[in-house]
Amino acid sequence: MSHPRLLRRIAGLVLPALLLLPLAATAEEEEEALPFSDLEVVIPERHFSEELECVQPEDEMRRNHMKYILHQRDETMHKGIRTRRYSLEECINCHAVKDDNGEYVRIEDSRHFCATCHTYAAVDIDCFQCHSDVPVRESMLNTLKSSQVHHGGAVPANGLSSDTLRLLAAEDAPQ
Amino acid sequence: MSDNQHIDEYRRKFLGQASAAVAATAVAPGVFLTAPAAAKPADQPVDDSKRWGILVDTHKCADGCTACVTACEQENGWGEYSYEHESSPEQKAHWIRKVNLRDKATGHAITLPLFCQHCEVPPCADVCPTGASFKRADGIVLVDKHICIGCRYCMMACPYKARSFIHEDLKDQKPWAPRGKGTVESCTMCVHRVDNDGIPACVEACNAENHKAMFFGDLRDENSEISRQLEEYGAKEIRPDLKLNTGVRYRGI
Ligand code: HEC
Ligand code: HEC
Ligand code: HEC
Repeated sequence: MSHPRLLRRIAGLVLPALLLLPLAATAEEEEEALPFSDLEVVIPERHFSEELECVQPEDEMRRNHMKYILHQRDETMHKGIRTRRYSLEECINCHAVKDDNGEYVRIEDSRHFCATCHTYAAVDIDCFQCHSDVPVRESMLNTLKSSQVHHGGAVPANGLSSDTLRLLAAEDAPQ
Repeated sequence: MSDNQHIDEYRRKFLGQASAAVAATAVAPGVFLTAPAAAKPADQPVDDSKRWGILVDTHKCADGCTACVTACEQENGWGEYSYEHESSPEQKAHWIRKVNLRDKATGHAITLPLFCQHCEVPPCADVCPTGASFKRADGIVLVDKHICIGCRYCMMACPYKARSFIHEDLKDQKPWAPRGKGTVESCTMCVHRVDNDGIPACVEACNAENHKAMFFGDLRDENSEISRQLEEYGAKEIRPDLKLNTGVRYRGI
């Protein structure tokens, strides 16, 4: 046998083996527990009615929520666009979680909606150094509702969506 | 206070200037819109068809009254309504403050609220290295705290000492008025209210006290109350020599 042919033969045997190797390796690893597999993941709490939906499909929000709020941030800040849909204030209003005493949990608490995954994924956001991490109470909103307008017509309290207002009213009711 | 002395000086400098001329030429340069002002839809960007302004009538501003200051503190969560316990009085936030002036020659005393004058050519925005200090198309001067690095050049540049810096961690801010350590802030003309067709908290409080010393409105709309007041009675800028064309005007200074 000439050398080239022998080489081709060896290659024909070795290459498939090499290609299969990673598969064999993963199959083996799956039998053992993964490192950190005993780590507990805090799952975002579902506390609101089943009818309410997020502002985009859930899987889209899971991946890309930051794109929506960061875009909204610049639109509001520089252009005065005040749509409520992707407003950070509304995320907080809708995703607020209460503890056993009926108090809203704060961002330091791993049960806070925006802390759940972030704690696990080691994402550190500074938003709540300035932004409120809990919704405003309905009782507070009442003082805002009295605010005057200069073009006539009623203004919803601080521009909150009617959905949110209803939600806050329910949350604020004695329980 | 050295502050007041300065203003006294400024005041004497432009005491003799004709106020009517200032109001007619400088307040609303360019187009005068006659269409009635309508509320801006939430999804539309602000544009320069409006220029928001505030007129302060010092004749009506009551000595000892701080309703505008308290209302601002409450609305935007600073002063009495925040947790700045560690900062010294000089360091603490002052979005708006009452300033008392007395003309030494005549003894005539006036009192007025001083806050961001919302200049057409804001020196704060001029010196800002990151673009955080900026003027919105409708004339409201703001700090984009998301890109503010806390260098405080703007505080130095402001001739009205209208800005302050947050020195400590804060908690429980108002959801509509986020503020936090390491950034500069000043009067926002209650932009969150204005965008929702509301009026600034200070003006509202002044009206509620029945002093009616503050008017808020569109300087470009010649039918707005503020424009009519300015046309009829005139008003001045503080430091007109700087040619900043402020959006806040004072009557009786
Ligand atoms: C009207 C209420 C409402 C508003 C406003 C809202 N959400 Fe949601 N969000 C939901 C609901 C309902 C779900 C489905 C999961 C659940 O029930 O918790 C969800 C799911 C999510 C998820 C996926 C959670 C998971 O379990 O994986 C993310 C991330 C999220 N929202 C982020 C946001 C952000 C960011 C905003 C602000 C732009 C926002 N949401 C505004 C109601 C809302
Ligand atoms: C240093 C203070 C500060 C920090 C930190 C901060 N913001 Fe803001 N944010 C503000 C201010 C001030 C406004 C303007 C509020 C207004 O005009 O109504 C604002 C407005 C917004 C808005 C538009 C209003 C709303 O509620 O929808 C969004 C969205 C937003 N910020 C997102 C963020 C996100 C996301 C982060 C973190 C990555 C963040 N901000 C961090 C101060 C801050
Ligand atoms: C479903 C889990 C989950 C929830 C719930 C969640 N986040 Fe996130 N968030 C993530 C992950 C994962 C990242 C990092 C993504 C990356 O780095 O690619 C992230 C990143 C971010 C970022 C960008 C950070 C940066 O430095 O680029 C912002 C802003 C943010 N999240 C805001 C929020 C807010 C506000 C909430 C609460 C309304 C929230 N998130 C809730 C999983 C989540």
